[in-house]
Amino acid sequence: MSQILDQIRNDIASHNVVLYMKGNEKFPMCGFSATIVQILKTLGVEFKAIDVLQDMELREGIKSFTNWPTIPQLYLKGEFVGGCDIVREMYQTGEIQTLLSEKGIPFSPKDSEKIA
Amino acid sequence: MAMTSDQIKAFLREAFPDALIELQDLAGDNDHFSASITTKAFQGKTRIQQHQMVYEALQGHMGTRLHALSLKTQVPTE
Repeated sequence: MSQILDQIRNDIASHNVVLYMKGNEKFPMCGFSATIVQILKTLGVEFKAIDVLQDMELREGIKSFTNWPTIPQLYLKGEFVGGCDIVREMYQTGEIQTLLSEKGIPFSPKDSEKIA
Repeated sequence: MAMTSDQIKAFLREAFPDALIELQDLAGDNDHFSASITTKAFQGKTRIQQHQMVYEALQGHMGTRLHALSLKTQVPTE
């Protein structure tokens, strides 16, 4: 378990935006994961997607890392931002855009698309 | 394995006695729920902390017996 936690720390430290999800960005295997992928794409932000379905240990490890029982989980500059509901709410209120700017993460939003 | 809306509500009610709780069974399959929870207990907490409080209230059932629970947490306005 400690090895997997080190791997998570390393992953979220070496990428600005990391999404732990089910499936990959082209083929999300769960609606909640798909929603965050869609938001990130609409925001035009580069992100590293990590498929937890490929690794049982990671799937459990990420849950205990944040004390958060569900996937997806989004990290910006190493900080846990939330799951699907929180990210969607932050997108709708514009908070996520503010947070990206504050953290100096480049993004270029496309014309505002409606996200379910 | 799934949980009924009554069971979910009972857990939430126990943890947040004063809360306004609206629970919706999204797919009619006792597996995909949406909950709106409004309680003073969320005062001063971040959204992450609020959701963690809800998950704690569900005593480990979130992500196991309960597959999908979409959450909206709020502090009551005066």
